[in-house]
Amino acid sequence: MIAVLDYDAGNLTSVACAVRHLGHEPEITRDPEVVRSADRVIFPGVGAAGSSMATLEKLGLADALRDVHSAGRPILGICIGCQVAFSRSEEDGGTDCLGLLQGEAVRFSFAEGVDRKVPHMGWNEVRFGGPHAVLEGIPAGSQFYFVHSYHVVPAEPALVLGTASYGGIDFTAAVARDNLVAVQFHAEKSGPAGLKLLENFLEWSP
Amino acid sequence: MLSKRLIVCLDVRDGKVTKGVQFKGNVEVGEPVAMAEEYYRQGVDELVFYDITASAEGRPIDIEMVREVARRIFIPFSVGGGIRNLDDMRQVLLAGAEKVSVNSLAVREPEIISDGARAFGNQCIVLGMDALEVEAGEKIPSGYEIVVKGGRERTGIDMLEWAKRAEELGAGEICLNSINADGTRDGYELTATRMVSRAVEIPVIASGGAGTSEHLARVLTEGEADAALIASMVHFLGFTIPGIKSDLAAEGIRVRLETGGGPAS
Repeated sequence: MIAVLDYDAGNLTSVACAVRHLGHEPEITRDPEVVRSADRVIFPGVGAAGSSMATLEKLGLADALRDVHSAGRPILGICIGCQVAFSRSEEDGGTDCLGLLQGEAVRFSFAEGVDRKVPHMGWNEVRFGGPHAVLEGIPAGSQFYFVHSYHVVPAEPALVLGTASYGGIDFTAAVARDNLVAVQFHAEKSGPAGLKLLENFLEWSP
Repeated sequence: MLSKRLIVCLDVRDGKVTKGVQFKGNVEVGEPVAMAEEYYRQGVDELVFYDITASAEGRPIDIEMVREVARRIFIPFSVGGGIRNLDDMRQVLLAGAEKVSVNSLAVREPEIISDGARAFGNQCIVLGMDALEVEAGEKIPSGYEIVVKGGRERTGIDMLEWAKRAEELGAGEICLNSINADGTRDGYELTATRMVSRAVEIPVIASGGAGTSEHLARVLTEGEADAALIASMVHFLGFTIPGIKSDLAAEGIRVRLETGGGPAS
């Protein structure tokens, strides 16, 4: 069973539609026990780190995610799901997050004289670093759809699976460790390249 | 580096896509969901569904159509034209749209922008604005006045004042449609687009007047737009999304060249 976490963080419909398109029936849930019993978990979301973490804690989903993570079952974080997988976010005056990965989400900050819009919204190329099961069949140079004002800074470079460039900085767009993959872009809204990543995730045995 | 976006607009009336000249004499061109899928396969970056009859007739948006689009295309799309309140916004977003677009409603009730942004996030709220070129004066210093009801009613609001206000209220994007250029195929309104792009930090989508790839190239460079919206070019004029994008790429404009690929399932 594929659980899609519902914690009032928007755009679940898009994720559910993409999973169905790929031939699977997702279980959209906010029940921690359903999450614990899932074969794999998609952890999507748009919104702010503070309210997302508060809801995850309140619903008991934060502990359920930690349990799924330590049980070694595949987890895919998307957008805010990617950010709160880390230890901390700068957002909302500093928010303690799930801590599945070490590092922090920080707001885009450009060099003096660089004037770029925040949020970073639109299609951007992700340069993937290494082979990974979720990247199979995705052509080099593929672009993905982003909407975000914060990006993650992993504590260890080894976590980085893909980077993108904006306003003269290279930021982490995808991370992976063991049974966890997290992407800053909206794979469910990134056309065929995004669908391929989701399809790979749904078939992945870490 | 962020790509410039190519957005196709589908004006829907009674379940069919229409496109007319300057909002008059609309002619039917096709089935919205089938057309959306075709443009998705061609590699369009985003779609806009504008229910042009909903506001005139006070009908709500066709939610089932929004759901069907969400089931078939996997790129962002926005819905506008019939949004009356926060509940309409919620329904459209829950049905799978990324964004909602408000235009006349926001002129009447600007707080819908801030309420929507608070409830769903700034990135969900697109402010559509129709600008008419007028003589610059004390009331309209930019020389562009906001009009509503498809250009039939002037508001006395200056375009730049409205753009800045909308940004303060929490709009995530502005779609600027030139009433003078709309449907002419003579090119976008470059001056107004550049003025708005420079006045706000949020992305600006240029709309109205596209007839050739060169028009898009100009509004994305000289006009400083982040995205260009087209309709007639692909609905009737025989242009394709990959064709337009390769023209833009040849002009040195960064675009997303992947296409939808593969048969629809």
